Amino acid sequence: MGLQTMTYFVVGLTFAIYIGIAVWARAGSTSEFYSAGGNVGPVVNGMAIGADWMSAASFISMAGLIANMGYGGGLFLMGWTGGYVLLAMLLAPYLRKFGKYTVPSFVSTRYYSTGASVVAVLCLLMASLTYIIGQMTGVGVAFSRFLGVSNSTGIYVGMAIVFMYAVFGGMKGITYTQVAQYCVLILAYTVPAIFISMQLTGNPLPQLGLGSNFAGTDMTLLGKLDEVVTGLGFGKYTTQMPGSMLNMFVYTVSLMIGTAGLPHVIMRFFTVATVKDARYSAGWALVFIALLYTTAPGVAAMARLNLHATINKAVMQSGGDLFAPENSIVYAERPDWMKRWEVTGLLKFEDKNGDGRIQYYNAKSKNADFLAKVEAAGWKGSELKVNRDIMVLANPEIAMLPNWVIALVAAGGLAAALSTAAGLLLAISSAISHDLFKNIWFRDMTEGQELMAGKIAMACSIVVAGYLGLNPPGFAAGTVAIAFGLAASSIFPCLMMGIFSKTMNKEGAIAGMLAGIGITMFYVFAHKGIFFIKGTSFLGMFGGKANFFFGISPNAFGAIGAIVNFAVAFAVKNMTPPVPEDIAQMVEDVRIPRGSKAVDGAH
Amino acid sequence: MSMDNSGKAYWKDTLALVRNFLIVWFLVSYGAGILFAPALNSIHLGGYPLGFWFAQQGSIYIFVALIFIYAKMMSKLDEKYDVHED
Repeated sequence: MGLQTMTYFVVGLTFAIYIGIAVWARAGSTSEFYSAGGNVGPVVNGMAIGADWMSAASFISMAGLIANMGYGGGLFLMGWTGGYVLLAMLLAPYLRKFGKYTVPSFVSTRYYSTGASVVAVLCLLMASLTYIIGQMTGVGVAFSRFLGVSNSTGIYVGMAIVFMYAVFGGMKGITYTQVAQYCVLILAYTVPAIFISMQLTGNPLPQLGLGSNFAGTDMTLLGKLDEVVTGLGFGKYTTQMPGSMLNMFVYTVSLMIGTAGLPHVIMRFFTVATVKDARYSAGWALVFIALLYTTAPGVAAMARLNLHATINKAVMQSGGDLFAPENSIVYAERPDWMKRWEVTGLLKFEDKNGDGRIQYYNAKSKNADFLAKVEAAGWKGSELKVNRDIMVLANPEIAMLPNWVIALVAAGGLAAALSTAAGLLLAISSAISHDLFKNIWFRDMTEGQELMAGKIAMACSIVVAGYLGLNPPGFAAGTVAIAFGLAASSIFPCLMMGIFSKTMNKEGAIAGMLAGIGITMFYVFAHKGIFFIKGTSFLGMFGGKANFFFGISPNAFGAIGAIVNFAVAFAVKNMTPPVPEDIAQMVEDVRIPRGSKAVDGAH
Repeated sequence: MSMDNSGKAYWKDTLALVRNFLIVWFLVSYGAGILFAPALNSIHLGGYPLGFWFAQQGSIYIFVALIFIYAKMMSKLDEKYDVHED
């Protein structure tokens, strides 16, 4: 079977499974629509959280990011997993005990205020909508690169599939398709990684392969990689860091608390039967996430080494001369996978010194010795532009794996994007139908009407998400970082104080959220323009220097926003009326597991 | 159940437990993975420099273990104070 046919077959098969689940798991009540009936087991829920969490970015882009960043890429690995420790110990069990369908419902009751609830809904919508743009574009990208259809056709097909199980099945349909999608995506990620680890190190487990010797030598794989990348003028793989150690530290904090504050993840903890199950499902979720996240560093390092080895023959020779002219491969004789990916624009070659060979190195190096060697070899600039997504997407082809593995990667990328999109859509539509319609605007809605409102809100959200995917706003690239910044600086502190402080009042919580988001957006806009409009950045106000606040980058600023949130909240609390007695009582009640009941919409 | 003396003691023990777990959580990620990574890199674990291993592998394994041990110890604590679910 040809590659194209095989890919259609595998992707078609996975879609058929998702549709089958959609038919089987239709939601008949609001309880099924919002929380899958509230009786999902912790292992199943953990798997669904895994799929919910691991997005197109985790699947397609993360390994490439780590490959470029080396050691510093660890901030994504630690940040996006360490957040689950916070979720398990600080938020999930208590929010589950509280027992409402959505995050804004907790905020509205705990802070006895519609205003607080509206602010929480706004934070949720901003975080989730920005996040979903990336998923929809991911769907389009996976379709167009592997199935040879246009980007927009891909997005329409993706929308139709999500529509079927999300609108009719709600949380119930989404939960069980996410389980299937997890299985597809984890297979798609680990199978090529196992093959490649086997080829490069002789050890089939990438987690161990990354710490093994490079096949046929007594040199470690990481040692070899360090030697190659420093030889080509890049930073040393095992120690290279983004900016300062402080920036890496703060960035990791931001990702961790952002992870713990993302509503579409928190919502999944409302689907289990007990507080105890909520704790365990966080553990299972992290097991399933760790399978991919501990494989990713292996994929990253090995793909990076494979890429350099393809382009410079000296990489595979012991003591080979990276600068010898005959070691740079001739462009006309490049491997087929390079030709295929050049068509997509993810690889670009420009023969700057006109020798017909490819030189790929770090032209921005400041090392004088290295630059002298570059000069002597007659290199006139790095001639290859490599998009980081290639590290995962083209990996099976670089390693010359069979067609079914390549087809599986396509299905995996789609599974990752669709499962995250569905979770986000549910968070958005339930905030609209439950928190705005049912709890604020139309309080006398019947359950049947609310279910219908939920389905209509879901259908509208899919259309909006599809539109944003087809016409991504210019700032799309920066948005996922914004989602984390928002969640870290607004939702996480608000929930923390709601559980761990009996005295935090509504004035404090609202002021804190607004201050947290405000300062975070201010810092981001200073760097990237007001609402990301080009030319409106105002770094000039701060001496024109990027990362002016102690060298912290805008993407890492959520943690600072969270600190501001806490500080403002406590200051305002001390100047305003105390919390009512019944709320303090409610907080005490949330802290103990006994008496947990099925989540519901009552208020 | 209202927060009587036993309820207060339960919450105090819970906070102490969470604090201890978060100390470990902090030490493996921010400590070994970032602050002390340069120093730890002179030690090797197989082919991994140790600081690098903590940042890209070790901290994740320890996070998983932490959550399961926490869940188990909390179940015990719930039963000790008779606040567990039926």
